[in-house]
Amino acid sequence: MPEPILQIAGLDAHYGDFQALFGLDLHVKEGEVLAIIGSNGAGKTTLLRSISGLMKNGADQIRYRNAPIGSLRADQIAARGIALVPEGRKLFSSLSVEENLVLGGRVGRPGPWSLAAVYALFPILQDRRHQASTSLSGGQQQMVAIGRALMANPDLILFDEISLGLAPIIIKDIYDALPGIVGGGMSAVIVEQDISKALSVSSRVYCLQEGRVSLEADSRGVSRADISRAYFGIE
Amino acid sequence: MTGTSVTRTSRAARVAAILGAVVVVILIAAPWWAGRADMRLMGEIFLYLSLACLWNLLAGYAGLVSVGQQAYVGFGGYMLFALTMFAGLPPVAAIAIAGVLGALISVPVAALIFRLRGAYFAIGTWVIAEVFRLAFAQASALGGGSGTSLPTSIVRSLADGRSARESLSYWLALGMGLAVIAAVFLLLRSRRGLALTAIRDNELAAGSLGIDIWRTKFVVYVIVSALTAMVGALIFLQKLRISPDAAFSVNDWTAFVIFIVVIGGIGTIEGPIIGTLIFFALRETLADLGTIYLMVLGFVAIIVMLKAPKGVWGLIRDRFDVQFFPLGYRVLRDPKKGP
Amino acid sequence: MEWANAILQGTLLGGLYALFAAGLSLIFGVMRLVNIAHGDLIVMAAYFGLSTTVMLGVHPLVALVLVVPAMAGFGYILQRGVLNHTLGDDILPPLLVTFGLSVIIQNALLEAYSADPQKMNAGALETASIGLGPLAIGVLPLLTFGIAVAVIAGLQWTFYRTALGRAFRAVSDDQDTAQLMGLNKAHVFGLAMALALAVTAIAGVLLGIRTSFDPSIGGGRLIFGFEAVIIGGLGNLWGTLAGGIILGVAQTLGAAVNPGWQLLAGHVAFLIVLAVRPNGLFPRISG
Repeated sequence: MPEPILQIAGLDAHYGDFQALFGLDLHVKEGEVLAIIGSNGAGKTTLLRSISGLMKNGADQIRYRNAPIGSLRADQIAARGIALVPEGRKLFSSLSVEENLVLGGRVGRPGPWSLAAVYALFPILQDRRHQASTSLSGGQQQMVAIGRALMANPDLILFDEISLGLAPIIIKDIYDALPGIVGGGMSAVIVEQDISKALSVSSRVYCLQEGRVSLEADSRGVSRADISRAYFGIE
Repeated sequence: MTGTSVTRTSRAARVAAILGAVVVVILIAAPWWAGRADMRLMGEIFLYLSLACLWNLLAGYAGLVSVGQQAYVGFGGYMLFALTMFAGLPPVAAIAIAGVLGALISVPVAALIFRLRGAYFAIGTWVIAEVFRLAFAQASALGGGSGTSLPTSIVRSLADGRSARESLSYWLALGMGLAVIAAVFLLLRSRRGLALTAIRDNELAAGSLGIDIWRTKFVVYVIVSALTAMVGALIFLQKLRISPDAAFSVNDWTAFVIFIVVIGGIGTIEGPIIGTLIFFALRETLADLGTIYLMVLGFVAIIVMLKAPKGVWGLIRDRFDVQFFPLGYRVLRDPKKGP
Repeated sequence: MEWANAILQGTLLGGLYALFAAGLSLIFGVMRLVNIAHGDLIVMAAYFGLSTTVMLGVHPLVALVLVVPAMAGFGYILQRGVLNHTLGDDILPPLLVTFGLSVIIQNALLEAYSADPQKMNAGALETASIGLGPLAIGVLPLLTFGIAVAVIAGLQWTFYRTALGRAFRAVSDDQDTAQLMGLNKAHVFGLAMALALAVTAIAGVLLGIRTSFDPSIGGGRLIFGFEAVIIGGLGNLWGTLAGGIILGVAQTLGAAVNPGWQLLAGHVAFLIVLAVRPNGLFPRISG
C-alpha cells in the first residue's frame, strides 16, 4: 500500500481559546481527488488553513510525504508543493490578473504549468491580463485564483469552496475543467458545500461535523442517508 | 440560578479601599511630618500621577493615543500666568478657570485632529502642541520666547508665610491627584465608562452595539484636556516660571508620562499608580546619569511593550487575579443558599 | 520679486520635505506602520554622514556610498528584530515601541556627539547658484529637489515594475495569502524598512549639508514629513511630493512676511488642508 501523500493524525486547531478541530485523522492518497464536506463551522476551512500553514499546529499532526510540516510557515509549505485556492478567492487587489498569476509562480517549482498553460486553460484571462484582478466577475476571479495556485506547480492542490457565490453555469464550467487541472498525477482536496458536485469529481469523501470526522467513504457507493447523518450529526 | 449573586467588589478591593483611606489620611497630614524637600517631591509625584491617569484614560480606554498632551499642560500653565497677571484672579480660581479654558480650546482641536486615525492622530496631536508652543512664543506680554516669572505679589497672595504656601501647594497637588483618580474611577464605573471599556476591548463590536464612538471619544478628550490644563496650571504654580520650551516639552510631559503608563500597565487604574512609583524610584536612584537614564527608560518601555504589554500591574493581576479598584462584575456563589 | 523668490525657494525646499516623507509613506503603505522614530533616523543618518566625512575625509555626497547601505542594513535588522513583533491589529505596540526608539536614538546621539549643532561641509556646492533672470537658484536646493524627484520615480518604478514591488503590494493587500505565494512576510517587511531607511539616509545627508543639526531636531523632521504625507494624500508618492512643495512654499511665504512665522505658517497650511480635505489632495488609500 503506497504511502499517502498527506497524512493527518490527531490534528487540533484553535482560534485563541476556541477549539475548531478535535483530533482529526485523515489521509490523501497520491494522485487522488478527495472531497471534504460538512456544514458551516464544521472546520473544513480550518483544516485547509492548517495544511497550508496559515495556522499553528503540532509538527507531527500533519505529515507531507512522510515529513512533519504541521508547525512550518505557509511560505515554507508552499515551497514544498502544496497550493491553496483560498475561500473567497483572496486575489491581490493591487495586482493585475497577470501579476497575480506571476506571483503564484514565485516558488519556482518545475512542472507543466506556466503563464501560457494557464491562459490556454482559461483563455478569457489572457484578454483581461492587465486589468485589476478584482474588477473581474466572480467566475473569472475564481479562474485567476485557480490559475494562481497552478502556477506553483503543486503536487497537492487544495480547493476551498470554489463554487461559493458563483452562478450554476459558471460552477459547471469550472468543474468541467477540473479533470484537465488535476490530471497528470496531481493530488487534490476539494472542500465543498455542494455535495453532489463534490461527490461527482472525487474518489473518496470525508464528512466533518463540529471539528471531527463523522464519515469516511467511497464517493461512488456512499448513500444519501449516511451523508445526512454524518452532515447534521443526527443519529 | 439560585445560590448566586452578582457583586462589583471583592475582598481584595475592600482591603485596598481601607488601606487606601489610611494612606490618604497620612498623606493629608504630611505638612506635619514631612520635610520641605519631601513635600515638593510628593507634590511632583501626585502631579505626574494625575497626568499618567489622564493619559491612560485617553489612550488605554478611549484608544486615543496622544503624544501631544503637553499642549494642554503648557496651555494651563500659561493661562494661570495670564489670568493672575492680567485679570487679577486669585491663583486657585485661575487654576479652575484654566481647566474650563482648556476644555473650550480642546473642542476645535478635536474637530480637526479627529479626522486622523491611529498613529497619524498621534502625530497630529504633536503638531497641535507645536502650534501652541509657537503661538505662545509670539506672545510678548508673557515673555515671548524666553518666558516669564510669576510676580511675587501673586505668589504671596496664595497664603501667608512660606510654609503655609508650601502646604497649600502640596495639598492642591494631593487634591488634584485624588480628584483625578476619583474622576477616572467614577467615570469608568458609570454607563459611559462601560461604553469606554467596550471601545477599548473591541471598537467594531462596541459600535455595532449602538455606542456612539465618536461622541464618547470626544467627551473623554475634552474632559482629559480640561483636567490636564488644570494639572499644568498647578505644575507651573509650583515652578513659578514659565517658558514655551518648558511648558510644551515633549520629554517632560509626554515621554515620561507614556513610560509611566506603559511600564505600570495601560488600560487599568492601578497601572499608572504603580508606574509613577516605579518611575520616581528609578529617577531618584538613576537621575544623575542623564541621557543614559532616558535610554534605559526607553529600553525598558520597549521590552515591556514587547514582552509584557499589560505592564507590571498586568503581570500582578494575571498572576493573582486581583483588582484593587472594583470595576468588574463578579458572580458570587452563596454557600448558604444551596447549589 | 520677493514673493516669486519665496515660492521658488519653497518649492525646492519641498523636495527635501518630500524625501523626509517618502520613507514614512512607503512603510505605511506596505505594513500600516507609522514610525515615530522616523525623524530621529533622518538625524542619525546625518550624523553617520558627518562621522564618515570626518573619518575618511570625503565629500558628504560621497559619504552616501557608506551611509545608505549602513542605514538600509540597520533598517532590516530593526524591522526583523523589533518592529515585526509589534505588528498586528493593535495600534499601541508599534506606536509606543517606536516612541521608545525615538527617545533612545536621540539620547544615544546626545551621548555620542553632544548637543552642539553640527553641519557637514559640501564646499562650493553650498554657495553655488544658477541665475534665472532676476532670480538666483541655489545649486544645492536644486540638486536636492532633483534627487527627490529621482528617488520618488525610483520608488514608483520599484513598486510597479519589479518583483520586489509586487511582493510589497501583495503583502500590503493580504498578508496571509501573500504567504501562500511563498513570500516570507517577515523578510518582505525587513526589505521594505531597509528601502525606507535607504531613502532616509539620503534625506539625512542632504539635511546635514543644508543646515546645522543636533540630536533634538528629529521630532521636527518627522512632523514635516508627516505633514507632507497628509497634505498630499495617503498612498501616493507623487502626492507626497506635491504635499512637500505646498508645505515648503507655505513656510517660505510665512517667513517672507515675518521670519518668526515660518514654522507656524507651515503648520497652519497643514491644519487648513486637514480641515477642508481631510484625506489630502491626491489620496489613494484611506488612513
